Amino acid sequence: MELIKPMLMLKYKTTLLTMFMAFSHVAMGSDLGQTLATQGNSKGATACIACHGVDGAGMAAASFPRLAGINPAYMEKQLHDFTKATRNSAIMAPIASALSDEEIKAVAAYYSKLKLITPSAQAATDDTLMEVGKKLAEKGNWPNDIPACFTCHGAGANGIGDPFPALAGQHASYIEQQLQYWRSGQRNNDPNELMKGVAVRLSDAEIKAVSAYLASLTLTAN
Amino acid sequence: MFTKAENIKMLMGFTSITLALTLSNAMAEDKDYQLELPAAPSGTATFVPPDEKDIPDNQFGEAVRYGMSLFNNTQQLRGKYVGNELNCSNCHLDSGRKADSAPLWGAFPMYPAYRSKNDHVNTIEERIQGCFTYSMNGTPPPSGSKELTALVTYHYWLSTGAPVGKALPGRGFPTLEKAKSEPSVSRGKNVYVENCAICHGADGQGTKVNGSYAFPPLWGKDSFNWGAGMHRVNTAADFIKANMPLGKPNSLTDQQAWDVAAFMNSHERPQDPRFKGKASETAETFHKHQCFYHKEVDGTLLGKGTK
Repeated sequence: MELIKPMLMLKYKTTLLTMFMAFSHVAMGSDLGQTLATQGNSKGATACIACHGVDGAGMAAASFPRLAGINPAYMEKQLHDFTKATRNSAIMAPIASALSDEEIKAVAAYYSKLKLITPSAQAATDDTLMEVGKKLAEKGNWPNDIPACFTCHGAGANGIGDPFPALAGQHASYIEQQLQYWRSGQRNNDPNELMKGVAVRLSDAEIKAVSAYLASLTLTAN
Repeated sequence: MFTKAENIKMLMGFTSITLALTLSNAMAEDKDYQLELPAAPSGTATFVPPDEKDIPDNQFGEAVRYGMSLFNNTQQLRGKYVGNELNCSNCHLDSGRKADSAPLWGAFPMYPAYRSKNDHVNTIEERIQGCFTYSMNGTPPPSGSKELTALVTYHYWLSTGAPVGKALPGRGFPTLEKAKSEPSVSRGKNVYVENCAICHGADGQGTKVNGSYAFPPLWGKDSFNWGAGMHRVNTAADFIKANMPLGKPNSLTDQQAWDVAAFMNSHERPQDPRFKGKASETAETFHKHQCFYHKEVDGTLLGKGTK
């Protein structure tokens, strides 16, 4: 009788230990990324969740982009670009600079695996606006040399490879802001000036419309 | 009137002139099967094809829609009529509507027309069949088939209002001036790496998403074959200058367009369908123009065709 208790305890501890090991083995890969996202590091990188939300959903009102499901190579490039100031952001520059190459890889991997839970904030739905946006996304405006967004950003704007990020379900406010930046030159880290070429030909109304439409799309898992 | 000697001289002179004329006519009869199309008239393209929402809701409209669908996703006919990974809209941009990108409304009203490529008068049907044979590396859909009829209907509908037999500005590709410097494959490689590889791949094999091509392959077994118009360096240069990189037309210099066209077309691709066993003969008959078929590049003789 006295043996059963310690044997049960042993079995219980073994089970716990096994569970702990299994769990930590799974968590180990994204551990660094998760730590950075939730706590930041001690070198000046604040926790990502402070602006990009607990589930990587971003903050539409402040134009902080959704990061959940992002292409990791694309995100790594952006972080490196913030560090090198080839992409301008007063907010992101000090944070990105405080991340080591290994940390950049880890946090990008972490966010690439997050599933978007909350749908992105929608711009006020206006049928005409959405129709204009849909046409731009699907067909472009070729008389003005604007290709369809989908041609490079993929069907349903789910992205094509590392250079062309997914836009589906990104906040309309963020897309709008970035298109304005491409147009004005405030952002210029696009490969081969491909976005600049397109953005300079977009009108304000088209920028609003296409941003609203792209935000309404659902990011499908790759 | 003339002396006998003078008579003989005149006769000989006359005979040799006749002979010379006959010979030169015979030489002119040696067909250049790849004579250039006449250049599009200059001036801004003003023709506007009808809008998709104007397609009527009837059988005719169905044929238009089916034709458009085949045009944009020609891969639907893979294995039946299409033998590579291309779609018509890869080069005939904006669903065949875009000026300077060989729009359909620029071609349709000009047919039937004599084509030196096959040395007879072609209807638009036969012209489209040619696209399947060469550009799509496939088999031409038969005349009267649902697919060919739909494509012809789409051509016709896009050309609504275009004058018959009158070449419009925006037809085909704008013709570049002859390259100031002989098009260079090695210079073209640099242009390619900087401007094209991001979409078309470092190896020219395009980019695939979920199993289908988002950006088309430019050479190799999945691209257009040696008989397609695009294999010609001047044709490719014309297309590239006016349309590529996508969204940045006319951003390359003329020389860059020439060079990158040479680079693209100095790779192997599927064999010319007119090949009968000896590339030298195919070259002699059909490739006496600016291209790399049966030419040596970096020690490799091109024109063997990919498997």
